Amino acid sequence: MNRAPSDRLDATFAALADPTRRAILARLTSGQASVTELAEPFAMSQPAISKHLKVLELAGLISRGSDAQRRPRRLEAKPLAQANAWLEGYRQFWETSFQRLDTLLHDLKAQELHARGLKTEEMKTRRKKHVRAKRDHR
Amino acid sequence: MKNTGTLKLTTPTDREIALTRVFAAPRRLVFDALTKPELVKQWLLGPPGWSMPVCEINLRVGGGYRYLWRGPDGKEMGMRGVYREIVPPERIVQTEVFDDPWYPGEAVGTAVLVEQNGRTTLTTTILYESQAIRDMVLNSRMEQGVAASYDRLEELVESTL
Repeated sequence: MNRAPSDRLDATFAALADPTRRAILARLTSGQASVTELAEPFAMSQPAISKHLKVLELAGLISRGSDAQRRPRRLEAKPLAQANAWLEGYRQFWETSFQRLDTLLHDLKAQELHARGLKTEEMKTRRKKHVRAKRDHR
Repeated sequence: MKNTGTLKLTTPTDREIALTRVFAAPRRLVFDALTKPELVKQWLLGPPGWSMPVCEINLRVGGGYRYLWRGPDGKEMGMRGVYREIVPPERIVQTEVFDDPWYPGEAVGTAVLVEQNGRTTLTTTILYESQAIRDMVLNSRMEQGVAASYDRLEELVESTL
């Protein structure tokens, strides 16, 4: 199957959109597994799991091992890496910007504290003056 | 507990991109930083070397905003949009259109700010007109020159799988 990169990416993201399929992929990161083994942790029939596996297979995210009897599924790293890379570029723009925002917010908080401190000082000075004025008046 | 500083990027539906980030500041300050031009220009800059010579914000429903960035090689990128909803300091909904539109139609961005124990979780969700457009956006960001991180990530993903 020879598809354009964007078609492939559509298929990858569609496949990743489902929590069961993400859980299956997570399970496969620790090694290949048969359909029965993959169905175990889910309250789902084997045919239902097989449907999910088919979607993952069409997206190129998993493949079948050579053992003819067990037909174990295993993870295919490349499409997942591609999908991650696309997301990574977008994330990078925001990550860099948000790091600057951290610094800015830190400064804004410091400025607020400083301003509040000055206000307290001002109040203290005023109160002192007021007390002194009262005393001098007597 | 959520850490500050970790950016989470997800695709909640096939037409959306969502960014979630926690900041160590009350949301009123984060809201200011998102809506006051003199503050926005200090951080919304992307990769090092870029500046934001134009940042105009008319913060009212129906009011517009205008952003222009300039890269180290003099290349410019601009965008504009209209505010659809403003609820200080918790929610902003705005449309987004680029000057040189490389995708059809306009996108709608929704920023939601949630404060807990003096920290603010900012979730920005951008809704595109189609999945094809959403995926193009993800692609274009990559082309803007993050080849190094691309390589690093690919290595990382391949070594963990």
